[in-house]
Amino acid sequence: MPMQEKNGQKVWQLRTTKSQWIRWGMWLVGLVIFILSWQEISDKTLWFMMDNVGEVIVDIGSRATPPRWSYINQLWWPIWDTLAMATLGTIFALIMAVPVAFMAARNTTPSKFFVRPFALLIIVSTRSVNSLIWALLLVSIVGPGVFAGLIAISIRSIGFCAKLLYEAIEEISETQVEAIRATGASPLQVMVYGIVPQIMPAFAGIAVFRWDINIRESTVLGLVGAGGIGLQLQSSLNVLAWPQVSLILLVILFAVIIGEWISAKVRGAII
Amino acid sequence: MLQLNGLTKVYNTGDKALSDVTLSIPDGQVVALIGPSGAGKSTLIRCVNRLVEPTSGEALLDDINITTLGSGGLRKARRKMGMIFQEYALVERLTVMENVLSGRLGYVGFWRSLFRKFPQKDVDEAYRLLDRVGLLAMVDKRADELSGGQRQRVGIARALIQNPSLLLVDEPTASLDPKTSRQIMRLIVELCEERGLSAIINIHDVALAQMFVQRVIGLETGKVVFDGAPTELTPEVLTQIYGEEDWEATIEKVDDDAEEAV
Repeated sequence: MPMQEKNGQKVWQLRTTKSQWIRWGMWLVGLVIFILSWQEISDKTLWFMMDNVGEVIVDIGSRATPPRWSYINQLWWPIWDTLAMATLGTIFALIMAVPVAFMAARNTTPSKFFVRPFALLIIVSTRSVNSLIWALLLVSIVGPGVFAGLIAISIRSIGFCAKLLYEAIEEISETQVEAIRATGASPLQVMVYGIVPQIMPAFAGIAVFRWDINIRESTVLGLVGAGGIGLQLQSSLNVLAWPQVSLILLVILFAVIIGEWISAKVRGAII
Repeated sequence: MLQLNGLTKVYNTGDKALSDVTLSIPDGQVVALIGPSGAGKSTLIRCVNRLVEPTSGEALLDDINITTLGSGGLRKARRKMGMIFQEYALVERLTVMENVLSGRLGYVGFWRSLFRKFPQKDVDEAYRLLDRVGLLAMVDKRADELSGGQRQRVGIARALIQNPSLLLVDEPTASLDPKTSRQIMRLIVELCEERGLSAIINIHDVALAQMFVQRVIGLETGKVVFDGAPTELTPEVLTQIYGEEDWEATIEKVDDDAEEAV
């Protein structure tokens, strides 16, 4: 804002009048877009379905309670599958993500023009497809079951882990690396002494964070036939066995809470 | 003995950080390198161990031309040059012992270093050095738990365990308080004497440099503009290096300091 004088006083405003009007205009445009979108959604919604929304909720609620506790005996194995899928998937993903991250980080990549774009492509392509879609593809490739889900989880996680890890690698303090290099250490030793200690907290945080996400993702992969507790959820929904559905949701909730608790503990211990 | 012949560094940006620096440092001599910020002091010592690649010229350590070495030879040569940094440059999340032992990486194979299985004589030497710099009680502390002065002592131990013949010291006291600065400088100079090491010490504090070293080299925009004894640092010389300023207060009365340094 250029200085202005009014009646001999120096007047200060954050923005010029013109830029202030432009800002108001932008807000107006945003508001119009919002109203138009709302209109569009409203036109395509079957509002009459909403007439008895309360009743339906109460109805499903009453059918779903109490949960069918005895069904739990058929859930132990699927929930174990689910947790195993999430855990192994995360481990495989990390094993593959580490080299990708080192290839993608500007300060450690062997070649900025050949290797780095390739690594970034891996990161983007694995990240852009949802694990449910990966599972759909893999079920038709390797057949239904836990294995397809495991692969889906690990592929989806590579990009996520590698991206966060390579950002951590790019943020390390270069002087610590320099100091190790100055001792006459080999490139591998520089990595182990100069870089790895600096990214360990990030690595641990990423690992448990992704594991936490993967537990939640693996509970639904069964919907497309990729094993785990989602299979039971699917079949229960199909036959409208609401007491079973509510029990499954409770079990999933419980598993997720346990997962969050463990990952919070691990993160607290490491950082 | 370190010999620099026409050492020149031009950065990619076109900045000429060093131009045609020729000097030689005999064994056992401790040299202070002074000059304004951006004069090329850090570049000079980094060109010696090739953390920065010199554009032209050569650096010879004990008659080995460092500038033409391949990567294997360079690693061997770096073992002979201990480096001490301004911000200590310790690996913050490693313990004091690991930091000191990292000075032996050039001598130890990859797998041994990965599993921290250093030879017993290296461990003995590490204990001896930590005792010498007064940090024996801190062996298992993590580097980020130490104070500035303590960290710099670890940095010194890491450089010395390489068993170097030359120390490259980059602003060792710039992050320290005046008292600790003197202690650290005294420690470096004493250790150089004990072991007959030569050293290049980049330093901003002219008075501190005069107090401890035998020779001062003044660098200005990449050129050597002064090379002589600390007593020869007159206001005229400092004006030539740093520019116009009242220098009388900066220059220590060398008689007093000779006593203090003992």
